Amino acid sequence: MYVAVKGGERAIDNAHAWLAEERRGDTGVAELTVPQIREQLGLAVNRVMAEGSLFDPDLAALAIKQARGDLIEAIFLIRAYRTTLPRFGSSLPIETAHMACDRRISATFKDLPGGQVLGPTFDYTHRLLDFKLAAEGQVPPAPVAEAPAGDVPHVTSFLNREGLIEEAVPEDRIPPDLTREPMELPADRALRLQSLTRGDEGFVLGMAYSTQRGYARNHAFVGELRIGAVAVEMEIPELGFAIEIGEVIVTECETVNQFKGSKTEPPQFTRGYGLVFGQTERKAISMALVDRALRWKELGEDDEGAPAQDEAFVLYHCDNIQATGFLEHIKLPHYVDFQSELELVRKLRREAGAAFAAMQEAAE
Amino acid sequence: MQATALQGGLNDPPRQSAMAFRAIMDAMARPGRIEDLTGAEPPAPLSVAAGTVILTLCDPETPLFLAGAADCQDVRDWVTFHTGAPLVGAGECMFAVGTWGELPSLDAFPFGTSEYPDRSATLIVEMAGLAAAGARLTGPGIASEAGLNLPDIAPFQANARMFPLGLDFLFTHGSQVAALPRSTRVTVAEAV
Amino acid sequence: MQEYNFAYLDEQTKRMIRRAILKGLAIPGYQVPFASREMPMPYGWGTGGVQVSAAVLTPDDTMKVIDQGADDTTNAVSIRKFFERTAGVATTTVTGEATVIQTRHRIPEEPLKEGQILVYQVPIPEPMRFLEPRETETRKMHALEEYGLMHVKLYEDISRHGHIATAYAYPVKVEGRYVMDPSPIPKFDNPKLEMAAIQLFGAGREQRIYALPPHTKAVSLDFEDHPFEASKADHPCGLCGAQDSYLDEVIVDDEGGRLFVCSDTDYCTHRQEAAR
Repeated sequence: MYVAVKGGERAIDNAHAWLAEERRGDTGVAELTVPQIREQLGLAVNRVMAEGSLFDPDLAALAIKQARGDLIEAIFLIRAYRTTLPRFGSSLPIETAHMACDRRISATFKDLPGGQVLGPTFDYTHRLLDFKLAAEGQVPPAPVAEAPAGDVPHVTSFLNREGLIEEAVPEDRIPPDLTREPMELPADRALRLQSLTRGDEGFVLGMAYSTQRGYARNHAFVGELRIGAVAVEMEIPELGFAIEIGEVIVTECETVNQFKGSKTEPPQFTRGYGLVFGQTERKAISMALVDRALRWKELGEDDEGAPAQDEAFVLYHCDNIQATGFLEHIKLPHYVDFQSELELVRKLRREAGAAFAAMQEAAE
Repeated sequence: MQATALQGGLNDPPRQSAMAFRAIMDAMARPGRIEDLTGAEPPAPLSVAAGTVILTLCDPETPLFLAGAADCQDVRDWVTFHTGAPLVGAGECMFAVGTWGELPSLDAFPFGTSEYPDRSATLIVEMAGLAAAGARLTGPGIASEAGLNLPDIAPFQANARMFPLGLDFLFTHGSQVAALPRSTRVTVAEAV
Repeated sequence: MQEYNFAYLDEQTKRMIRRAILKGLAIPGYQVPFASREMPMPYGWGTGGVQVSAAVLTPDDTMKVIDQGADDTTNAVSIRKFFERTAGVATTTVTGEATVIQTRHRIPEEPLKEGQILVYQVPIPEPMRFLEPRETETRKMHALEEYGLMHVKLYEDISRHGHIATAYAYPVKVEGRYVMDPSPIPKFDNPKLEMAAIQLFGAGREQRIYALPPHTKAVSLDFEDHPFEASKADHPCGLCGAQDSYLDEVIVDDEGGRLFVCSDTDYCTHRQEAAR
């Protein structure tokens, strides 16, 4: 005799208990601490902060621990927490020219004011498994150099002096906030950039890569990539001036792209822009390429029908929390919908069968 | 700022605004139905119901227009302190409050666009009394017909003809509220 | 860490959702954009419904949550627990006792009354999304009341299959104006859309809220020569014998033996108890 499935509640509780046990793993192995994750899995922490839209390395590390290392799950935890935080106000725009750069490179000039600073990069490591790391993690101290005094000027500002690159005019307008207002298309550039900076690294990478392979190719060079700490300032109305409330580490990428010119513009270089929390340069470069591809209309370029040019396609599908939720919801029961389809298919088959039989009869 | 500005808010905003919203929603879902609405104690000339609507629905994201006597220092201070809603002219508002006589003609308010008809103002009309009789109302939310003592007929008929564009109305008196969304068709009640 | 607010959402978020609900009620069937928040459950699992419920719940409410008509499916249990914990509201499985019912994919069999609110979880609110993926285009179609595409699709079904091949999420026209997706309820439930309760539809990921006030006309799209037909499995319920309820098909043995039972577990339980 069939009995309707009961006990969903107990099943959920048991699943959660099992999950907690699996998360901990073998208790004979020391438990991972949040500071260990923050310090030693820093790039994972950075990705969670970037796509979680919340700069807090400790919370990101906790989320990674809780999510058993599933970064999208960790990003989800951070997003859900972030949304409950009260909003005190908006900061002034961060000034990346004042950045204390850990890394700053340009692909377009051999040398330039401020210099090329490689910083802590994987770029020229040989990707050979380091079996020493399996045994011990002692590292000799890295050589230290004096930090350059003063600001590090942006590469694009040199090109700008010659009028070779499009002007990026500062806007006074407060940009719309993706997390407070529903997305409305067409989206302006500020909104697109917000969406891309919290977009899934893999998705944005894939879109950027597609432009390199000819789907709306835009001939990008990394004009500059810089990573480092910048101060966050906020105007306090009661004080009448801005004060520094903290600092964040960001990665900024400006691409320099070819542009043949249009009816109204002389030939000049154009820009793509990427700015992402933490040391996240793959994402920042990808973002700059996709940003540039999405600007085709504004720059009077052709719509090549490429995915990376399609604002609705990119913006509606780059968010991994939305995507993963909807993808995984097909695990939920759908038997009511399925039942209605079953009835329909049976009915159509019955009718098709009867029609076929009638046809045969008529033929005989 | 007067001390009155700091008073008359909600003591327990999450619960009180939940109860208040339910009353407002029930009113909007059943045009003509008169609901009790309390919580706020606003400065004169605002009614308890109008003040409660403002505290329940307005915040820094909702420009508010104060019409006539409602546009006084006490009300301005109270609204600013409790909601942070920017005070604006009729043409830019999402909410407006005043008596029917003091509110400008309806074409002064944003009534939405064909792609976004929701981008339209909601008018809080302070009344001398509310009664379930007067104009005859039909449409969504009404099983057969309802009555409400609307302050006028033709402007509400014109508003309904613009559907899906148009304005939505909350009528307030004391601690009572009734609503007339743009979807409601208004006719003159036949004499009995 | 501070405790979460009543019904989880902060007050500003609730105000934003509440304003959207009011505009939705004022323009029945029109999808009001709202700035959906990240919820502590995944998008696609009822975040829209949860946000709408959180915005309408009062401490005096009694809540019921169903998924596929059942109170005891895991996601229904999970959402019910969420509101027990964050809003402290009473919960029930009895349709008639509930003041707020959140549902996924069904309308309860027992007719809803005035004073009740039915909150739907909606995956894709745009009825024409699968015909036209672009939001900018479908928005224009709604603005111009240009629903030809929808009729063409339904008619193509008829010419190919002899029937409209949409079995759930069957579109309705609301008060002669907006074409609306009633969420993936089976079309058997469509006639129940005209009811005495308030119906609110929340799509979290897609950032839309829409509504049907009580007694709002919601007409299933059809053609004169192919009128709409609410269909169900042609069996009585194997447990309570109901002839009029929507049925799930359950496979009961290795030979594929089948049993048809009410999808509305509360309805079925009450009928079984009454028979005893």
